[in-house]
Amino acid sequence: MTTGSIPAPTAGGWHRPAVYGVKLAAVAGLWLAAYQLNRPWWDLVVYDWLGLDEGSRLGSGVHFFLYDSVKILLLLTGIIFVVTIGRSYLSLERTRALLGGRREGAANLAAAGLGVATPFCSCSAVPAFIGFVAAGVPLGVTLSFLIASPLINEVAVVLLYGMFGARIAALYVLSGLVIATGAGYVLGRISPSRWVEDFVYQTTLRGTAVVPGQQLTWSDRLAMGREEVAAILRKVWPYLLAGIGLGAVIHGWAPADFFTRVAGPDNPFGPLVAVAIGVPLYSNAAGILPLVEVLYAKGMAIGTVLAFMMSVVALSLPELILLRRILKPPLLAAFVGVVATGIAATGYLFNAIL
Amino acid sequence: MLIKILGPGCANCHTLERLTHDAIADLNLTAEVSSVTDYPTIVGYGVMSTPALVVDDRVVLAGRIPTAAQLRDLLTTAAA
Repeated sequence: MTTGSIPAPTAGGWHRPAVYGVKLAAVAGLWLAAYQLNRPWWDLVVYDWLGLDEGSRLGSGVHFFLYDSVKILLLLTGIIFVVTIGRSYLSLERTRALLGGRREGAANLAAAGLGVATPFCSCSAVPAFIGFVAAGVPLGVTLSFLIASPLINEVAVVLLYGMFGARIAALYVLSGLVIATGAGYVLGRISPSRWVEDFVYQTTLRGTAVVPGQQLTWSDRLAMGREEVAAILRKVWPYLLAGIGLGAVIHGWAPADFFTRVAGPDNPFGPLVAVAIGVPLYSNAAGILPLVEVLYAKGMAIGTVLAFMMSVVALSLPELILLRRILKPPLLAAFVGVVATGIAATGYLFNAIL
Repeated sequence: MLIKILGPGCANCHTLERLTHDAIADLNLTAEVSSVTDYPTIVGYGVMSTPALVVDDRVVLAGRIPTAAQLRDLLTTAAA
């Protein structure tokens, strides 16, 4: 399918898109069938063929593990593939052009949304920051972008959807957007430019920026989707199996709810403690989800759980060390303070309304 | 020709550097390869997504790791 050449305008001609369309439809059909048949299939295998009792702890635990592993694997594969292809139409350069010259406020919201939608690797955080600022994007808007990008992570959203349902996943995305928008706006109000390293403003842009998305063919985009799915699955599968295994054990053997006392909805310090523990911890979303599921199953309030997860993925020591190259300590401290406060506040809000 | 690999030194940058050396060997090109790791210079090329590949001061690729075949195509085009 991949021809190996980047600009391939003539090769194949008109029938190429049709071939891809048919292939994609076939794969999508298989995916849907697998997703639909997942539960009846494991019902048959676990309860009929293996003869385990549906009401027993062992039976329901084994069924949960097999069913959930396949479900989350399918969700990750399908959603990351689609998200990667969608993102291949955006690039940092295009995002910067969209954000340039806008006023703060609405631009913060746009930056948070684009932070989710733009393909971005954390090792590009510093060049992106300099490139945005040098092109005249306001600092607060740039920070909204940099906060949203790791905070609303597609793997986290898929796993939350698979483990806790659509409502929690939607809440996570929504609150992440609000935090990134608000934190960037607040940081923009404190005249942050005095705390940005001088070289950022001395950098001049010469040469024309290349737009990586410009010359991509459909076969390139599909290949990118496949590569991204493979790369993410390779990285997360051990955490995933550990997490679902743990979930299966709790599913069948859930004992006394310890966290209801220490971090349940009635504890006024729950989200604060969760953020204080979560900020220094550093993990990818797949690594933290097993822990999150245990905490929730043991009675930790959902707002506290989400606050913990957000603080782990959004703020991390490696990221702060990177940002220190461009932000002086006062702004770096304000950055951590404002984002952490925003995360704790949403934790309280969800504990109150859910 | 002069080839520069732009990137702060992350895993992807090293991968691109290795692939570039492989491609040069495959194509029998004479080229000098160097790494640019300092941020102002990287951004100075107009590059925000790393790693990026610069051939004779022209950015030919940014933000992704090419396949070996794509890289050979890029270098052949640039050498011509």
